[in-house]
Order: sequence, then C-alpha cells, then structure tokens
Amino acid sequence: MKRAALIITALLWGSSAFAIDITVLPDAALQERYENLTHEFRCMQCQNNSIADSPVGLASDLRRDVKELLLAGKTDDEIRAYMVQRYGDVILFRPPFKPRTAWVWIVPMIVFAGGLFVGYRIVRRRGALVANDDSSVDTATDEEERPK
Amino acid sequence: MNRFLIPAAVFLALAAVLFIGVVHSPNKSTMQSTLLGKPAPSFTLPVLGDDTRKVASSELAGRPWVLNVWGSWCPGCADEHPLLIEVARENRVPIIGLNWRDDDVDALRWIEQRGDPYAVILADREGRTAIDFGVYGAPETFFIDAEGLVQYRHVGAMTREVWEREFVSRLPRGGLQ
Repeated sequence: MKRAALIITALLWGSSAFAIDITVLPDAALQERYENLTHEFRCMQCQNNSIADSPVGLASDLRRDVKELLLAGKTDDEIRAYMVQRYGDVILFRPPFKPRTAWVWIVPMIVFAGGLFVGYRIVRRRGALVANDDSSVDTATDEEERPK
Repeated sequence: MNRFLIPAAVFLALAAVLFIGVVHSPNKSTMQSTLLGKPAPSFTLPVLGDDTRKVASSELAGRPWVLNVWGSWCPGCADEHPLLIEVARENRVPIIGLNWRDDDVDALRWIEQRGDPYAVILADREGRTAIDFGVYGAPETFFIDAEGLVQYRHVGAMTREVWEREFVSRLPRGGLQ
C-alpha cells in the first residue's frame, strides 16, 4: 500500500518534471497568470494537451503570443478573446456556458446524478437485506459451516 | 425482467451516445473556421527568397484569391502539390502561398524540385499570420472573395473534388475570363 502510494506520487510528480516550457516573465504575478492561461488553451494540433504541455511549433507560437499580450498589459479575458477569435471556443479547455455548449456541462452532471442514485439504491437494498436476514451467524455451528 | 431491462436500456442509450460521439468527433477536416463570412486578417509579409519585397493583404483586395498554407516539413503539402500545379495552370484564381514556420532554404529547394503553383509565396517564419487565420495544421487552404471575406477553409490535402466544389464554384463565372 505504502509502495503503491509512493509510485503514484512519483508518477504524478514526474509529469511536471518534464515541463517543456521554460518561459520566465519579469514578475511573479505575470508569471502566474502566464502559467494559468497557457494551461487553459488547448493545443490545436494535439487536442488533449494544453499549449503549456505541447512541444509542437504552433503551441510555442501561441505561448509566445500569450507572453507578448501579458507584457502589453492585456487582461486574461482579452487574451482568451484573442484565442477564441482565431480558433473558436474549442481552444478553451473550459468552454463558456452558452446555449451551444450547455450540453457539454449538463450531460456529465446528469450521468453523475444517475450514478449516485443507482449507488444509493444498491446500498439501501443491501442494507435492507442484512436487516431482514433472520439467519443468525450464532446459530450456525462450526461443523455446519465447514465444507466436507 | 425489469431488473435487466432497465440497465440494458441504459447501456444501449449510453452506447448509442458514445458511438455518435466517436463517429462525429471534431474531425480535423470539419473543424469550422471562425473566420467564415468575416474579413480576412490583414498582413504584410516578405516574399520568400526576396525579403526586400513585401506584400500587404490590401494589395490583394478587389478580386478573389486563395491562400494555401504550406511548409517543406509537411507531408500533406507534398501530397497536394501536383494538384495545385495542375489547378494553377488552369489559371482561374491566384493562389497565394503562405510558407509557414519554414526554413527559407528548404522551402525554396522544395519549390525548385516540385514546381511553383503560387502567384507569390509569403514567408511567415514566426507563424503570426497563420495564427491570425486560425491555422492549426498544414496544409490549409482558404478562399477569400473579392470583398476580402473568407468564404471557405479546407484543412488537409486539397483534392480535385474539393477544389471544384468549394473553390471554383465560388468564383464568378467559374473563374473563366
């Protein structure tokens, strides 16, 4: 158990050790915004990476743009708008909640609620089974329990 | 009976949803450009092989043109190149090449070896114009109409069928003078 925890920790930590972006901005607040923003944008060539985690050329160009826009004094929302204007909502890992994207948010919640309901029913039925069980462990002798 | 019917129905419904999701997943070639119906982004870029010459997007206004994003590092570009040469010979619409994130020497050698279908090739070494066009993978080909509006974007290697259906059809009188 302890070893498993150690291995999982090492694996989780390992992914950050291989960060490919070494951009440094002049002050800590900008640096933090830079890191948050680059993790928010999807790498359009690889789709399941953010531009912070992708080694492809387009991602490094987009990181450069984020850096330049930050240094030019743009707000986070202005930088998001810059990306969406060019690549559409799909570039955002957290798509905005609007009629066209509502189902992206709602469907998982429905599925999750359904899962909770099913889980609750199973637990309750099992609980009822134990409560209604009139066979008692005490009545069974060791002799009877042991298979011949 | 009910005990199995409901889970089975739920399973089938989920399977159907996931199947549709997989079949219609945002395929690279169907991801829509955000630019459709909007003015093409403006740019001023050096001509490949001659940095003293610059071309501004405003110089292209007034007639339809095609923007083809390519690079010598791009296999899909090699695939579509013979077709581009062919349609360029038909001379119906100027094809402007956008040489994306490329090395000038490699790009020029590539053109020398395979032929030049382009009215002019612009060097976008830093990929800034490509980002303005929302390019995410070469080759990509845009149709810009005489008003300067982007009317179509094709992602992936051009085919004769797409060329006729989406590009030639958008030209006044099929591009014939």
